[in-house]
Amino acid sequence: MDAPPPVKTSAQTRPRSLSSKLDVERLRRDFPALAQMVNGRPLAYLDNAATSQKPLRVLDALRNYYEHDNANVHRGLHELSRRATDAYEGARARVATWIGASSPAEVIWTRGTTESINLVAASWGSANLKEGDEILVSDMEHHSNLVPWQLIAARTGAKLRFLELDDEGRLILDALPEILDGGRVRIAALSHVSNALGTINPIAEISKLLHEAGVLFLVDGAQGAAHHGVNVRELGVDFYACSGHKMCGPTGIGVLWGRRELLEGMPPYQGGGEMIDRVERDYSTWAALPHKFEAGTPNIAGTVGLHAAVDYLDEIGADAILAHEQALVAYALDRLREVPRVRLFGPSDPGERAGVVSFTVPEAHPHDVSTILDSEGIAIRAGHHCAQLVMRRFGVPATARASFYFYNTRDEVDRLVQGLETVRSVFGD
Amino acid sequence: MSSIPEPQLSSLYQELILEHYKRPRNRGELEGGTVEVHMRNPSCGDEIRLQLRVEGDAIMDLRFVGEGCAISQASVSMMTTVVKGGRLDDAMGLAKRFTEMMRGDPEAARDRSLKDLRAFQGVSKFPVRVKCALLGFDALQEAVKRARGTEGSPAVPGATP
Repeated sequence: MDAPPPVKTSAQTRPRSLSSKLDVERLRRDFPALAQMVNGRPLAYLDNAATSQKPLRVLDALRNYYEHDNANVHRGLHELSRRATDAYEGARARVATWIGASSPAEVIWTRGTTESINLVAASWGSANLKEGDEILVSDMEHHSNLVPWQLIAARTGAKLRFLELDDEGRLILDALPEILDGGRVRIAALSHVSNALGTINPIAEISKLLHEAGVLFLVDGAQGAAHHGVNVRELGVDFYACSGHKMCGPTGIGVLWGRRELLEGMPPYQGGGEMIDRVERDYSTWAALPHKFEAGTPNIAGTVGLHAAVDYLDEIGADAILAHEQALVAYALDRLREVPRVRLFGPSDPGERAGVVSFTVPEAHPHDVSTILDSEGIAIRAGHHCAQLVMRRFGVPATARASFYFYNTRDEVDRLVQGLETVRSVFGD
Repeated sequence: MSSIPEPQLSSLYQELILEHYKRPRNRGELEGGTVEVHMRNPSCGDEIRLQLRVEGDAIMDLRFVGEGCAISQASVSMMTTVVKGGRLDDAMGLAKRFTEMMRGDPEAARDRSLKDLRAFQGVSKFPVRVKCALLGFDALQEAVKRARGTEGSPAVPGATP
């Protein structure tokens, strides 16, 4: 008998097996929003790449904060302000530990991944980029990891370079050495996980190549942190951006992690209260990290909610979450392949992707697919997923996208596939 | 259509709408067009290019190319059949009436001048899809404005074709 084929090891993280050990029914009870009927059917929420639902733990933390501790941070000497400040800085310390930061000072609170990336592009970019420099991105990027770089390129005269995608939606890394040999790339900005294709990029591997060439590396972790254990030191990156709302936290709170020496060398992003040391008529000096980058009253409650979310996710375990998602993706890919003439996007190996399945059917436009599925209580996303370069690469205007989290089930995947039967019955000849 | 489970859904995907989606009328390039308009729906990516041949105050011919959902493409197709050969004023009147119907005006929905376009009435119950249905008439109104601008009838000062 032949030996089994060797397992490829290109993907950053590979589950031990494509099976789930989670008690999903118990976990689902933590999410009130999942227990509702939509259009007469139980909600099947398969739009987690857009935003996740929130567990009671997070909702309770928000309510508790506003009921008992609400005050502004770092500026009141009274009891409530002290409690609010403790909660705010405690959340920072928790997130710092969770992502493997050396110090809480490396964790900057933002509105979300988009603001985190804009902060680096505007602040680091304005201080470091000049005409002739290059910024390396890829055709996989969400607009939030593309447009900020276009803006700073236009202001500094730097140019964007692109890594392209192979037919399975993976970065063509063979092209990287030649791009780096040109000696003009100053920073690379790539996603951890593609929101449109689900591809998990080999971040640690890319990081090594970039650093050998003296290039800084920002990772868009909007889809990474939620589904994947993140340790920024192990990944070896320089900046990591992520959003609370995609990982069970509230909307409007996000994280920029950066290496301390880089953050210290960067000018402020916005001016205002909290970010200053001394203010004179014609100049000011800046507060130390992390407050230098946190002008104005921050989203205090958001950090409290995110703290609760991180605790919750940690109890479930990042490995278990990814394994569950990959098991669902493997099942979904198998089931979707039964659908006549379906087109699937992204890596064919479920081990190389997170819980995202993008597809099209020839009978109907993705928007019509989404409307029909919605009539059966199934929530998916349809459109370009803020990744128009991905759509162009694969020659489609839009795709339908189902995206999973640890609370999704095989039964929901079955309903998705059955819903596509309805699509064919409405649109088929 | 009996296999469609939700009554709501069948009011959205009327037979007539699906028929225009699968067999669009007046689709393709127009020879000798006098006005051309591109219109897209940035949030969905629905997109059309509409060409008109306007002579005097009449739409002698019009054609479109585009891609997008069934609602958007069927609405453009049906719009072309209703305004083709008609006067600019009448086309603008229909555009206004159709828009009113899509915004939920029940009186507009009973207006027989809309003809087959009344099949889109059910779309007004799906707020996120209303803009898909309006794509064709939005493009038409823009085209008529340009046609009038270039021909100088009720000319808008400074308007560019």
